[in-house]
Amino acid sequence: MRLFVKIRSLSRNLFASRRVEADLSQEIHCHLQMLTEENIRAGMTQEEAQRAARLELGGIEQVKEQVRDERIGNWLRSVLSDCRYGLRQLRNNPGFTAAAVIVLALGIGANTSLFSVVNGVLLRPLPFPHPEQLVILRESKPNFATGSVSYPNFLDWQRENRTFTSMSVMRGGRSLILTGIGEAEQINAVLLGPGFFEQLGVNPALGRTFAEDEVRIGGAPTVMLSAAFWERKFGSAHDVLGKTITLEGKDYSIIGVVPASFDFLGSLRSVDVYMPIGQWSNPLLTSRAAGLGIGGIGRLAPGVTIEQARSDMERVTRNLAATYPDANKGIGAAVIPLNKWMLGNTESFLFILFGAVGFVLLIACVNVANLLLARSTRRTHEFAVRAALGAGQTRIVRQLLVESTLLVSFGGGIGLMLAALGTKTVLRMLPTTLPRSAEIGVDADVMIFALVISFAAGILFGLAPALKTARRDPQQSLQEGGRGGSGSRHRLQGVLVAAEVSLALVLLIGAGLMIRTLSTLRNVSPGFEANKILTFGFSLPPSMFNANPDSVRAALREAQDKFQAAPGVQAVSFTWGAVPLSGDDEWLFWIDGQPKPQTESEMNWAIDYVVGPDYQKAMGIALKSGRFFTAQDDEHAARVAVIDEVLAKKFFDGQNPIGKRLHVNSAEETTEIVGVVGHVNQWGLDSDDKETLRSQLYTPFMQLPDKTMAQNASGIGVLVRSDKPATVFGSIRQVNSRTRSGQVVFGAQTMEEIIASSLGDRRFSMILLGIFAALALLLSSIGIYGVISYIVGQRTREIGVRIVLGASRADVLRLVFIEGAKMTAIGLLVGLAASFGLTRLVANLLFGVSPTDPLTLAAVVLLLAAVSLLACYIPARRATTVDPLIALHSE
Amino acid sequence: MDSEPTTLLQGTLDLLILKSLVAGEMHGLGVSRRIAQLTRGTFDVKPGSLFPALHRMDEEGWISSFWGDSENNRRAKYYRLTKAGLKQLEAETKRWGRISWAIAQALEAS
Repeated sequence: MRLFVKIRSLSRNLFASRRVEADLSQEIHCHLQMLTEENIRAGMTQEEAQRAARLELGGIEQVKEQVRDERIGNWLRSVLSDCRYGLRQLRNNPGFTAAAVIVLALGIGANTSLFSVVNGVLLRPLPFPHPEQLVILRESKPNFATGSVSYPNFLDWQRENRTFTSMSVMRGGRSLILTGIGEAEQINAVLLGPGFFEQLGVNPALGRTFAEDEVRIGGAPTVMLSAAFWERKFGSAHDVLGKTITLEGKDYSIIGVVPASFDFLGSLRSVDVYMPIGQWSNPLLTSRAAGLGIGGIGRLAPGVTIEQARSDMERVTRNLAATYPDANKGIGAAVIPLNKWMLGNTESFLFILFGAVGFVLLIACVNVANLLLARSTRRTHEFAVRAALGAGQTRIVRQLLVESTLLVSFGGGIGLMLAALGTKTVLRMLPTTLPRSAEIGVDADVMIFALVISFAAGILFGLAPALKTARRDPQQSLQEGGRGGSGSRHRLQGVLVAAEVSLALVLLIGAGLMIRTLSTLRNVSPGFEANKILTFGFSLPPSMFNANPDSVRAALREAQDKFQAAPGVQAVSFTWGAVPLSGDDEWLFWIDGQPKPQTESEMNWAIDYVVGPDYQKAMGIALKSGRFFTAQDDEHAARVAVIDEVLAKKFFDGQNPIGKRLHVNSAEETTEIVGVVGHVNQWGLDSDDKETLRSQLYTPFMQLPDKTMAQNASGIGVLVRSDKPATVFGSIRQVNSRTRSGQVVFGAQTMEEIIASSLGDRRFSMILLGIFAALALLLSSIGIYGVISYIVGQRTREIGVRIVLGASRADVLRLVFIEGAKMTAIGLLVGLAASFGLTRLVANLLFGVSPTDPLTLAAVVLLLAAVSLLACYIPARRATTVDPLIALHSE
Repeated sequence: MDSEPTTLLQGTLDLLILKSLVAGEMHGLGVSRRIAQLTRGTFDVKPGSLFPALHRMDEEGWISSFWGDSENNRRAKYYRLTKAGLKQLEAETKRWGRISWAIAQALEAS
């Protein structure tokens, strides 16, 4: 009941305030009249009676105000009135309001946007049950800390471990030719080990997952479709179960559909079909020593720590090495938590960017604080009047904070909108794909983040000016007539400007170092002419898939001649094995005349490139000595090889390797070295010389063993040299379609694109750091300009006096410049000191440039100094044109 | 009045207003005069204290208000005690009794 009464009163006060006020007025009025009448009855004259009544009442407005203070919801009401007043203030100063809101929207928007990325990529748990139990399993080998797992080893791991609930494997990146549904096309397939979906807790959208006997080698051919492929090829029809599709000429029956939301390691987005690993026709699948790019995934048993799993796997692999020394000597198991594996170095660079964008927000806050300070000086008169009329300090501080809150609400609202609309667009434009990027979006976490940083920002930039204003002595302010003081107020603004300059400097240095890194990398020679090369995949018609090696060779020779004749093509080569910067493959060898190593793991390793005669010409690789292959180095001729200078130096140091012979891949037959070529950066532009495995071995494509050659019918790499690699694929496609029906070219990629994507993380960082630094530069120059203009405005009178007393234009310019230069210089010094500490964080993203690169530091300091002096120049110019008469009359 | 402690004053004022309204409905001036009469002139409640208290107690639901005609046929706002107000008066009276007893004890102690 009581509560009800209170709520009624509250709603009356809030929503019928006009009636409540009228009621109060009338009540006080009646009271006054009654007092007057009482006084008249006591014998006073009309006039005396009225005076005495007013005296007893003690001020109509004061009484009303006292009543208002007692009302329920008074607090709310006064905040609302502060808001109304604040809104009016903001509306009356559209320039100030727009500037502050835009600055805040940019700062908050950029932060919210990056937070949504960090949240989606790093903070949100992986979309699998108990993701902390999931681990990546790899073989650790002499040259590879996380190499691929051979299938026989996986089966033993699975059987002998004691710490895992389950283990499975995955091999992605298979291109298969689909026939029978429309035109023949190349599709992406992934090979899966046992219990893959069960392990991840993923249920099929339709049908079922693979049964255990379907996964084994020799099991019935089955596939699961991706949701996208199901829709594209079958219109998402439910009767697809039990139908078959033809891949590489073999029929597979469809048993299920994988949910559209499913992804793993960000690599399964473009997958069309999933098939059991047992269906892989690769004969090396059963080889214990083969590195086929198979990755393991395990789920730890509940309560098992990663260390326990590691020592368990240590035991398992030690036993295997003892049992199969030939293949497994020196091979251990790497057990890596899934989230760690997925994020790689994404985590560190995202946090660096997050720090950088935080700086932008700080600069934005400092800017708005400066604007507010300048404005509050202009408003000292107003506040002094309010204080004189009885408004307490807290009331004035509250008024100012309400205004800051209004600003930050608009800024934050617009910023959140920018983030919601802009984040995905920006991510699409950037040159890298973040893991889990599909999960990035504005959700409740992001909104809360925007809210929190907005209000933190509001308090940060609002409180200092507010307190400073409230501390002013009203009497002094009134006497100054709104001129405002100088000394300490300028000092605070100077400090804020210096802070802005130092924050901007740090960001500019970061961006400068990234730009230097990328330009250094751009100048790194990869050992070949990347700008003229196109790579693509090629497959013969399915009818050829079971053909004998000689017909495959003949068909490939024909295709090569046709491609060679295509307009714009200068040279063509088939490639098998490794491709620089994209895929690696290794062969084992020993030098003829030396004893054969006991085990495979004791053999010498080399990256193998199995290529045509024109490869060296097409790639533009330097020939150091001897010769490269010719068309005569074919299946009938003696085995030959070309090595790179790294292999030559490592194994034939000081001797001429030409004419020397190698045993390649355990073959008794020897291969003669006929040439030496320059080294090619297989592992990346920056990190190649840090790798241990760098020896390179070239062999002629046509000398591939018959067994391998037969498999090439279903897919082989082609490399083409052209002056216009980005557009030449059109003519290749045309030539291909006229050659042989059912033969497919696919997956064209220029070498430049391959290189660009290998630098993706760095370019991502550079572009964002560049944007943030540019924002910081813009905001801080606005800040300097605003403060100097304001100071000049405040000192107009003083400048006028100086001019009257004979100061020249140069004197006035100097006066203003020195003011700006002092702030800038302090900011630069502080910024430099801070950057020495902070740029160390980006050290692992840098290449060929030190975190304290003097050139970058000097350039950035000069740039910032120039910009801030320019920002001083405009108001300084204005100061020199001060008309002393007007300046002195203005007050 | 300014020099008197407000917390004590407020509680006391509420009590006096409730007490004065026991006699029946009254306008603000009436309440003020009634309190002066009840306290033999010790408390002269000024409008600056009276009206805020009346409005607050109205909002609390202890008293209710309505417009009526005064003894001189003037419109005036009248206040009357509600059931809740009566209960509040009893509680306040008890509390006041305890406080004044306690203070008297304290002052008598040597």
